[in-house]
Amino acid sequence: MAIYTEQQAKELLTKVISFSNADECECNLDGSNTGNIRYARNTVSTAGEVSDVTLAVQSCYGKRTGVATINEFDDASLKKVVERSEELARVAPENPEHMPNLGAHKYSSVNAWHQSTASVTPEDRAAAAGASITPSKKNGLIASGYLNDAESFNAVMNAKGMFAYHLSTNVNFTATIRTEDGTGSGWVSRDFNDVDKMDTGKASSVAIQKSMGSVDAKEMEPGKYTVILEPAASVTLLGNMFGNMGQRGADEGRSFLSKKPAEGEEPVEGAPTNRLGEKMFDERVTIYSDPAHPECPTAPWSGDGRNVDKTVWIKKGVINAMPNSRYWAEKTGVDYMPTAYTGGGIFGGNQQLVMEGGDESLEDMIKNTRRGVLVTRLWYIRQLDPQTLLYTGLTRDGTFYIEDGEIKYPIKNFRFNESPIVMLNNIEALGKPVRINGSMIPPMKIRDFTFSSLSDAV
Amino acid sequence: MDRRKFIKLTGVGMGGLMLPIPGSFISAAELTANPMDVAAKKQLADIALNAAKASGATYVDARIGRYLNQFITAQEKRISNVVNTESAGIGIRVIANGTWGFAATSNMSTDSIAKTAAQAVAVAKANSKFQTDPVKLAPVKGVGEVSWKTPIVKNAMEISIQDKVDLLMEVNNAALDNGANYITSILFLVNEQKYFASSDGSYIDQDVHRLWAPFFATGIGPGGFKQRSGLGNPVGMGFEYLDGDPTEQIQIQGANVGYRWSYDMVRDAKEAGQQLQAKLKARSVEPGKYDLVLDPHHLMLTIHESVGHPLELDRVLGYEANYAGTSFATLDKWKSKTFNYGSDIVNLFADKTQTNSLGYVGYDDEGVKTKEWDLVKDGILVNYQAIRDQVHIIDQDESHGCCYSQSWSDVQFQRMPNVSLRPNTEDLSADDIIKDVENGIYIVGRGSFSIDQQRYNFQFGGQLFYEIKDGKITEQIEDVAYQSNTQEFWNSCVKMAGQSDYRVGGSFFDGKGQPPQVSAVSHGCPTTRFNNINVINTARKAG
Repeated sequence: MAIYTEQQAKELLTKVISFSNADECECNLDGSNTGNIRYARNTVSTAGEVSDVTLAVQSCYGKRTGVATINEFDDASLKKVVERSEELARVAPENPEHMPNLGAHKYSSVNAWHQSTASVTPEDRAAAAGASITPSKKNGLIASGYLNDAESFNAVMNAKGMFAYHLSTNVNFTATIRTEDGTGSGWVSRDFNDVDKMDTGKASSVAIQKSMGSVDAKEMEPGKYTVILEPAASVTLLGNMFGNMGQRGADEGRSFLSKKPAEGEEPVEGAPTNRLGEKMFDERVTIYSDPAHPECPTAPWSGDGRNVDKTVWIKKGVINAMPNSRYWAEKTGVDYMPTAYTGGGIFGGNQQLVMEGGDESLEDMIKNTRRGVLVTRLWYIRQLDPQTLLYTGLTRDGTFYIEDGEIKYPIKNFRFNESPIVMLNNIEALGKPVRINGSMIPPMKIRDFTFSSLSDAV
Repeated sequence: MDRRKFIKLTGVGMGGLMLPIPGSFISAAELTANPMDVAAKKQLADIALNAAKASGATYVDARIGRYLNQFITAQEKRISNVVNTESAGIGIRVIANGTWGFAATSNMSTDSIAKTAAQAVAVAKANSKFQTDPVKLAPVKGVGEVSWKTPIVKNAMEISIQDKVDLLMEVNNAALDNGANYITSILFLVNEQKYFASSDGSYIDQDVHRLWAPFFATGIGPGGFKQRSGLGNPVGMGFEYLDGDPTEQIQIQGANVGYRWSYDMVRDAKEAGQQLQAKLKARSVEPGKYDLVLDPHHLMLTIHESVGHPLELDRVLGYEANYAGTSFATLDKWKSKTFNYGSDIVNLFADKTQTNSLGYVGYDDEGVKTKEWDLVKDGILVNYQAIRDQVHIIDQDESHGCCYSQSWSDVQFQRMPNVSLRPNTEDLSADDIIKDVENGIYIVGRGSFSIDQQRYNFQFGGQLFYEIKDGKITEQIEDVAYQSNTQEFWNSCVKMAGQSDYRVGGSFFDGKGQPPQVSAVSHGCPTTRFNNINVINTARKAG
């Protein structure tokens, strides 16, 4: 059994904690049923299913912590894993930043589970792949793609009375569809909690269109262009920016949100060390996290069991909140600003971000553009300068020139060197947000986006 | 790999590292507990082989693996993490109806193994519905019962936690006392105990060790902050790599110290602190064309990205199109026998046999004895990296022996072997290469690396940049990255140092596949000069 109900998880964890002799004991129980299918060259290459459930027990003596894990749940095994975590804690070095376990909290109600996704079979996956391969073949194209579905639960309990449980399903699909001669390539990505919303055939038709439409791409001079970034093109840059918004790094002087005296000026005792409250972006930029968001729900609690509700990180262009740890919040005398649990205390997944936008669809945005470049996605994104959040990377799988409200012709891929800070100051328009990688991101029209060189890659 | 199996070390390097840590947490003492007896492994493997054949497999291999890791992290003056993990089980791969099937289990009872073998055959038969091109395996002669072990001097798993903690604390203090404000240092230790058996008649027991000791230091000044990572190489060695043998150090005049087969991590941390202070004061590069002298700690990753990846045959054929991409090095270019990958002094070779390298093993994960082969000879593209079910596509009948799986629970597939640049036959030093350069930049260490999905256009940065004027290093400069095209870049290679300057760096966590798997791979090269390369300035005002 890989999926425990809330009641089953509570009973098992209560039993585990009853075996504890340490100062503190906290347990995580995580389980999942996952399945995947991969195809390339118009045929299935691999497929698999994995079921797994793991119990992690963390015991503490003072500031010493030990963690042990196990995937057998008879009483003897449960006792053994508790004892092993206690043995490890006794010999661990002290962590001066250790924080005591939290007590009970109340969590908002979130629905992230769908029977449809939990019931996906290998035949369904094969059909999903087929729905992508068949129309590709019909058009003389070569399809490759990957579909991954999961039903999973996470539960955490400690000896101080805290118990949190989250049940979810997810399905992710990507496809790259290329012309036989390799001169055209299109790509699409979709992810949902409910597999009934997933139509791999419909999604693939986008990639097919882009593949055929990107043949015979023309060269354009690198330079600064007005771009329309599809949500898939900006989500990584925004996620990377959020990953650099931590309060501690800023306070320590090693982040784009550090506040330093201007050159030549002396530091002032008690002056702010970060840029909380400063306007840094266009006032149309509002970015928040909300575990209860109906389109992309997440666990309504953090890795240490604190409730996580809607948190606005950037409000009308102003830095409104910065994520921190409980240790750093206490040390600096500010509120604890946790982020939602994305798969375990020290383990991490994608953080959900919701960026507000407008009502325009991508098609409307293209119609309202006199001259610009439509970017499907960005690839191999790497940071160049953590102080300015300057990143480099390349466009891929569908880059088009727009003129007078129409896509005129495909253009060769560009390398970009740009910072999301600059990008979010150069907004021309924001479209209607759509779900991508567990986040809600609008298509964005950005002026003066910097392309630094051309690439021959298709 | 499941996202939950990635440990997140925040505050490390540029925006954090996501690192794979498979398996269960165990005590340090259990890392050195006796592995399973070889005779017992053979017995279990035979159950898998027989059960799969009985279910209709025409080929079967079984991998019984015990994968051990120890990771220790120190941030400034405190130890923030000590993690020991173990993962053990069996992975069974079969061919039935001309199609691959795979299944794995951690339950090592005879019943469970037999069931898993039958499941692998069932998967193969189910997938064969889509099969249009039955698997063709290059022949391999069974080798009977053999064993192989990484030639380590000191088993890193046997060194006490205290000794490791002391080393990391000494490293952090050396950096903090010499100009760094923050430092994270890490020890990654890996031991793969893997047993391979196949229906070809091979029973291969291997004990593979790897180690990496990186650090990430930050210096803060009035104008901002700078970062400097360690110059140590990940290696297929024991703890002896960290002995800091001075005879394995190469001092570049006016610049850094390079490390061959022994690393003085404390010395490097001390110099990192000093160099951070210099970086904070350094002037920003003037963009333009320069002759670049690339040190091996840097060039290894350029080789990885611009030679290693594009010459993976599965990428060339399109099997990785939806993830890592395809390749510019298409079959027609290889068939022409005239494709100038680089200038005529460029010789790039692949191997799984260089002692102390990350790729070094006796046999790959499908039982093929490892070897060395040429990829680019005298500048011409001559071969790819291919495994048993691929070599027939390039008209060869012998696998290159570069099949690998990150664990017993993942299916093995083609992975990059070591890919290296042959040194000059004349034993020139790094200083000899620098002394002829009139207007150039010497780049040390790996920085930001980005390359397109067909491996044409790249932009690479480094850790340390030194201006070269009239054959001499003048001063440290900053904000350097170079942009080029793979073929143009390798054709601009004009000179390289010799064997005594040859160093082997590598990538400890190279990712590929869906679901993704990591592997470790080395790249050897000497200090090498490339003429007239486009350098950009990466400094920019924002916010």
